[in-house]
Amino acid sequence: MTVLPYLVAVWIFLTGCYGLATSRNLIHAVGCLAVCQSATYVLLLAVGYRAGATAPVYSDIKPGSRPVVDPVVQALTLTDIVVGATVTALLLSLVMQISKRHGTVDPDELRELRG
Amino acid sequence: MTRRLRMIVLALGGAGLAALFVAACFGMPGFGGDRHPYGDRAVHASLARRTANTISSVNFDQRAFDTLGEMSILFTSVLGTVVLLRQTRDEKRGRPQPQEVALPVRRYALVVLPVALVSGLYVIAHGQLSPGGGFQGGVVAATALHLLYLGADYRALERIRPIGVFEVGDALSASAYLVTGLAGVLAGTAFLANTLLPYGTFNTLSSGGTVPLLNAAIGMEVACAIVILLARFLDQAVEIEEDNGKR
Repeated sequence: MTVLPYLVAVWIFLTGCYGLATSRNLIHAVGCLAVCQSATYVLLLAVGYRAGATAPVYSDIKPGSRPVVDPVVQALTLTDIVVGATVTALLLSLVMQISKRHGTVDPDELRELRG
Repeated sequence: MTRRLRMIVLALGGAGLAALFVAACFGMPGFGGDRHPYGDRAVHASLARRTANTISSVNFDQRAFDTLGEMSILFTSVLGTVVLLRQTRDEKRGRPQPQEVALPVRRYALVVLPVALVSGLYVIAHGQLSPGGGFQGGVVAATALHLLYLGADYRALERIRPIGVFEVGDALSASAYLVTGLAGVLAGTAFLANTLLPYGTFNTLSSGGTVPLLNAAIGMEVACAIVILLARFLDQAVEIEEDNGKR
């Protein structure tokens, strides 16, 4: 089954979307966004995989002696993780401000704008 | 919109999205295939510039400009968190009381702290050789400091973690990255081009031209950024109280 890893990424992404749409708590929603994002890690790493290959690091293997997986998507995944972590931190601090100003973290109760 | 209606809309949209995604999956190159043109070229370029860790070469040499953008995202989100989680007018700063720490926890935290800190610095320093680099090592080094909060108390952590110094360090390392990039322009090539320094001997600490420099700048930036972020969140949880004493 050569498409299974891609389907796993799709499944993780849709699970995160379901969580986001049905969330009753903003902290939970931020967690769901992180789940959505982890789908992109799975997808990127699946795209770069090469059967029987090792990590693209030549400190302990001779160049050319073994096939290596695609380093470009691994670097992209690293970027993805860093951006995801910082965005999560920023969103959580927004949630803290919402909780202080409105006294709730339920998105359904945050209907009108308040100054 | 009622909850029921929302679930129906979600189910319809989700089913459509799932169908499109699955169709796309079957149109993709097979998993584990042997054709990776970009990967092969990246490996070739990395070896030509004597950087053993190809991923570091992609991040700090071939895509160094993108990493500058990534670093700016990190810097901006730290800035945003600092602004959002500042102490407001109706809040005051309490002094957290030291709590008794279980002896095994205290011993373990104090033994592991130096080991974790050195591992973090090792991972940063060997970013161009072995798996890891500035991003990963920075996180390890920054979180290692917080073992002191587990092992001792918040005041001990505050003593070894002067926030002002880390804020300056964050800004300095961000500008160090920019200055290294601009040095390439002054030397007559291009911004962030890795042609400034000799490439050195393959698989040694000083190999890879500007890769170790940019890697170190990122390591410092990430470590400072994580310390500042955690400090802001811990301040909210431990120190800052509303005026009526409620946390």
